[in-house]
Amino acid sequence: MSLHTIVLVKQVPDTSNISGDVMRPDGTVNRARLPAIFNPEDQEALELALRLKDQHGGKITALTMGPPNAANMLRECLYMGADRAILVSDRRFAAADTLATSYALHKAIHHIGEYDLIFGGRQAIDGDTAQVGPQTAEKLGIPQITYTQEVQKLDLKTRRITARRAIKNGYEILDSPLPVLLTVVKGAAEPRPFDVRRLCTFKRAQSRFEIEAMVEDSHDLVVMDELLEEAKANKLYIETWNIEDIDADVSMCGLAGSPTKVHKVENVILSGSEYKKVAATTEGLNEMISELMQDHIFG
Amino acid sequence: MNLKNKDMVWVFAEQSDGQLADVSLELLHKARSLAGKMKSQVSAVLLGHQVSKLTETLFAHGADNVYLLDDPELKDFRSHPYANLITSLVEDKHPRVVLFGATHIGRDIAPRVASHTRSGLTADCTELKIETLTLRKVEHPDLLLQIRPAFGGNIIATIISPDVEIQMATIREGVMEMGKPDSSRKGKLIPVPVELNSIETAVKIIEKHQEPSGVNLKAAPIIVAGGYGADTPEKFQLIKDLAKVLGADVAGSRAAVDAGLIDAERQVGQTGTTVRPKLYIAIGISGAIQHRAGMQESQKIIAINNDPEAPIFGVAHYGITGNLEEVIPELIAAYKSQLH
Repeated sequence: MSLHTIVLVKQVPDTSNISGDVMRPDGTVNRARLPAIFNPEDQEALELALRLKDQHGGKITALTMGPPNAANMLRECLYMGADRAILVSDRRFAAADTLATSYALHKAIHHIGEYDLIFGGRQAIDGDTAQVGPQTAEKLGIPQITYTQEVQKLDLKTRRITARRAIKNGYEILDSPLPVLLTVVKGAAEPRPFDVRRLCTFKRAQSRFEIEAMVEDSHDLVVMDELLEEAKANKLYIETWNIEDIDADVSMCGLAGSPTKVHKVENVILSGSEYKKVAATTEGLNEMISELMQDHIFG
Repeated sequence: MNLKNKDMVWVFAEQSDGQLADVSLELLHKARSLAGKMKSQVSAVLLGHQVSKLTETLFAHGADNVYLLDDPELKDFRSHPYANLITSLVEDKHPRVVLFGATHIGRDIAPRVASHTRSGLTADCTELKIETLTLRKVEHPDLLLQIRPAFGGNIIATIISPDVEIQMATIREGVMEMGKPDSSRKGKLIPVPVELNSIETAVKIIEKHQEPSGVNLKAAPIIVAGGYGADTPEKFQLIKDLAKVLGADVAGSRAAVDAGLIDAERQVGQTGTTVRPKLYIAIGISGAIQHRAGMQESQKIIAINNDPEAPIFGVAHYGITGNLEEVIPELIAAYKSQLH
């Protein structure tokens, strides 16, 4: 049977580039102000999935929940070799915490149907929580291997996978039945460059939002349905699903479905505490050392 | 909410090969202070095989009760059985607060438990408080304020879970202080039956490889740490020389680790170890928030940097502006002269 792998991917604000004016008063981040990038560990997860596909054949579905512009990252998944890209996007998903996110993702996965493996990055650089992977696995009722460093063996006959996982001061090798969800750590698999031919083809792939925007901008009498059908027929459609499409309960999504709330956000301010300026001279250093000795810090 | 429940603050007691994780003991001390505000007891949840001897340590560090799940299937940690058993216990007893260390194990199972019980869960907290808050005119007693750095350390967020019964958090290792154990403390051992099905035990451990690192920065009374300013092996050697004279442990910032000057296990900071020694000497470390987060609780801090504007001086008690190649030999000489 053919291997079907789902890769959970996220477009994230590049958190190494944060300045004070990107935070909204309510403590959420104004993502529009930050450069959006493919979450690095998710990209390594896709690479691991692609390597298994190179060996065993099969099909890869890239799945994300995010704002409409996450289509940019999904196109990158297609350039790297994903066969199908799905954008789960709906205003009612906004402000979801990890529980509401994993709820929506597991409903989308049910909607996709049969699968053998799910990969994702260990964590996203905007939240660093590492919770969405395990929570999605729990909701699907499948086992998980977190902190995956390497896939050592996949046996489609016995339907088992062997993977190496990081633990404190070492590693362990686990053997799991399929389906299983694996979260991947940095360094597991250097992502391949975009395939030039795929790039030429899939740069024209569009989400429903993008086709809608094109229709609105166009002065021709173009019909949305026709363009959508055309994109689908040419395999250039980034499937775009809303809450109804994945049969999700609205009360479990977005802010309403999120038990955790941001109560307060404080910018980190350098503390202006007073310190003793010590001259880099024998006298200055001697004085400091005798003070520390009196305080029983030394000796 | 069951108001008669006096057993509301739980700590997952993480053990590996019969050895309790330090972070679990740190959390027991924190749990005591949280439970004090809630007028509750503290319970530890211990899973493993033949680990009942660890219960005394858990009592000594602050547990009033230990839920003990002891079974050969639980000898080594595995996500599925551990998470499901804790989930069942949580569903049965309804604690208000469940704390896990933010370790490879805690961060693996806490999300599964929170997912099943629909609890609030915040990752990698660095501070916890219990407060009663009034939100939209509704009083929420015993709220767990879950405080953590976010967005690469640029902000500190306080997270709450006001609308659910169970509040969970993972807490970074080393940030809570481990108090002294009190071996006279007694507690109640509560054995919990273990039942697992074949799906829960389907993942097998083929091989496990762990090397005790021999490095324990958290226990070091004096740490001498180098950063980007000590960017050559020659300069870093001076840092090692100073550490040797002082009987200190050597550490480094991320920049020093990335430059290959020191092993990753000796990294201090948000992505390394959090330390609170008696004395921390930061040499050539600019003091990015990520580094300060790992050392600012040190009792005394000496900063040596050639840039008088370096942020590290903001957390220092003593600041020396100068080149480390000149300052370190002077410092060694001054220390030796006072020792005699």
